[in-house]
Amino acid sequence: MSDITAPAQPSFRPSMLIYDRRYRSLTIQVVVFILVMAAAWWLVGNTIQNLRAMGKDFDFGFLWSRAGYDIPSPPIPYTSNDTHLRATIVGLLNTIIISFLGCIAATILGVAVGVARLSNNWLFARLMTIYVEMFRNIPLLLWILIIYAIFTEILPAPSAYRGDDPAWSMILFDNVALTNRYTAIPTLGLTNDPGELDLGARILIDWATIAFAVVLIGGWFVRKAVLAWAQRTQDRTGDRPTTWWINLAIMVVPSLLLIWYFGLHLIPPELKGFNFGGGLNVQNAFVALWLALTLYTGAFIAEIVRAGILAVSRGQTEAAYALGMRSNKTMNLVILPQALRVIIPPLISQYLNLTKNSSLAIAVGYMDLRGTLGGTTLNQTGRELEAIVLMMLIYLALSLVISGVMNIHNNRVKLKER
Amino acid sequence: MKRTAFLGTLTAATLLGGGAFAAEGDTLAEVKARDELICGVNTGLVGFAAPDANGNWAGFDIAVCKAVAAAVLGDPSKVKYVPTTGQTRFTALSSGEVDVLARNSTWTYSRDTDLKLDFVGVNYYDGQGFMVNKDLGVTSAKELDGATICIQTGTTTELNLADYFRANNMSYQPVNIDSNAEGEQQYMAGACDAYTTDASGLAATRAAFADPENHIILPEIISKEPLGPAVRHGDNNWGDIVRWTLNALIAAEEYGVTSTNLEELSANSANPEVQRLLGTSDELGAMMGLDNEWAKRAIAASGNYGEIFAATIGEQTPIGLARGLNAQWTQGGLMYAPPFR
Repeated sequence: MSDITAPAQPSFRPSMLIYDRRYRSLTIQVVVFILVMAAAWWLVGNTIQNLRAMGKDFDFGFLWSRAGYDIPSPPIPYTSNDTHLRATIVGLLNTIIISFLGCIAATILGVAVGVARLSNNWLFARLMTIYVEMFRNIPLLLWILIIYAIFTEILPAPSAYRGDDPAWSMILFDNVALTNRYTAIPTLGLTNDPGELDLGARILIDWATIAFAVVLIGGWFVRKAVLAWAQRTQDRTGDRPTTWWINLAIMVVPSLLLIWYFGLHLIPPELKGFNFGGGLNVQNAFVALWLALTLYTGAFIAEIVRAGILAVSRGQTEAAYALGMRSNKTMNLVILPQALRVIIPPLISQYLNLTKNSSLAIAVGYMDLRGTLGGTTLNQTGRELEAIVLMMLIYLALSLVISGVMNIHNNRVKLKER
Repeated sequence: MKRTAFLGTLTAATLLGGGAFAAEGDTLAEVKARDELICGVNTGLVGFAAPDANGNWAGFDIAVCKAVAAAVLGDPSKVKYVPTTGQTRFTALSSGEVDVLARNSTWTYSRDTDLKLDFVGVNYYDGQGFMVNKDLGVTSAKELDGATICIQTGTTTELNLADYFRANNMSYQPVNIDSNAEGEQQYMAGACDAYTTDASGLAATRAAFADPENHIILPEIISKEPLGPAVRHGDNNWGDIVRWTLNALIAAEEYGVTSTNLEELSANSANPEVQRLLGTSDELGAMMGLDNEWAKRAIAASGNYGEIFAATIGEQTPIGLARGLNAQWTQGGLMYAPPFR
């Protein structure tokens, strides 16, 4: 048997790069790689040559020059004397605020509608279907524009609240005024103001805010400890001590003490001159964008939630019923926790979509990153390439952070193989 | 077969590359080869640049495009109008998408230098103003403290507004809008107390309202806004053509050359300046690569500067602008064309 030898390997010939399956894939990859690099090189080279032909350079120095334009209700102090960099940060903060609030509201709405679509109530389920199909099949831009237009056309100008017999009056005990420019809501005031903490760059945080944050976060940890104690007691004795009033007291009592100590009260908005002052004016552009993003993304999330619930085997529900659980307990304790594992990965995409879609803010003049850096700054400085590249990098970083955080969460809840 | 496809792609890519590099080329030759002038204009500002019911563009800025097309191509209708917003206009020009930008754009230092544009002259001396509803009871811009003001983003007016309110120690809430049409809608709905843009633009916007008599333009003019056509840096000959076409229109008014007496004057005018302008003596056209009757055709397109003004935005039109600073220098205005010699 020793005379059987492996067939001699044929010597390598160049034609084997195409005809031999072992080498062909490698050949294709090398060719594609070269083509991609050539295309990238051509694009970059073309850009550089065109910029040179126009006598322009690639320079981010404009970020440190005076912006000169105003931004309505900036989240951090900003005036037209600040730099383009600060205007960019204001825009970025606005983007983050709208995305964050949008994601939360869209998730709540989406989960509710997704569950409701599976309801046994025929009318209710169909109504939800109509909502989902309407919102996800009409472009988001149109929703933003129509909601904004509704605000502008239906609500009155602030002057309608003026006079002894005004055409419109404030709602919620004279605390909220709806106008076609903004919704005027009360702000919080302190009679015993402890002063502010200066974080530098003209960003100030009131000590009272910090005190409330400390109390709430501390309360959260105490609550966890209480729950752990309840669990231990239950494990030992079989009886679970009632903890809800302890938990409630941990959160509420110190907060009430702080409110009493600082003299926290509402300052309602008041018509001063052309506009409401004193309170906080939430721009309609913001509300319209927020509503549109929520309703639009909520429709997609509803479908994801419905798919996730349907992915949990019917036997789980039946088993839960057999154990005597009621239907909403079955949903909350058995179905949803399992469905979440299916829901979260596509949910990440929806959060990313919402964040990127928020750049449609320009349509209603909400000054997000696209409106400041990619809008006015780009225009006034004429640095198109720099502004767009910077904006792309910021959106990329933002998306990576969101997907990173969500992936961590996903790894914690996903099915653990043991 | 595959190889041909690949070669085809390669050729297309090369052609595209060539196109992308064309921004630095010879605009006059390009326009002639294309037999069409591409003119960047406003998206719609009645009197300055707006399409009529049949889709034909007309207006004060449009007349500049027509005059250039007539001078270069011999036909004022050989123009393709590209509507540009306040945000896209300069990019459209510097990328070579349009040959000339006639879009009531303000001539400023940074646009002329940093943005690499060449403003070839001024066809309208303007200034920024405010329009308010009469019901507001405001008679001066100084009374606008705390008001909500609609403003087009990406314009010089945005910066002027911030500076004016800062200088007068007043506050305001800006409502940023993208186009004049959107501003009009917001203003009419009362979403802003005042609308600010160039005074000429305010007059044009007001003329389109159903109730123009209920809106007033406040007396304060808070900035200098010399509006004029612009071309790209680097192609000086093309810049000369647009500059002198505009000057020809202004000079024609000064010398009394109108679209009606054009033929008569070119046949038997004794004024040597008019003879040179209309190409009956000297060879001025050849100096910038055109024939000798270029200015005659430019004037024939929509008349001289005064005729254009009167027909599009003058006191007889719904816009009703007085000549003011835009009168000839002989009439106490600023319109002054350098000599044709």
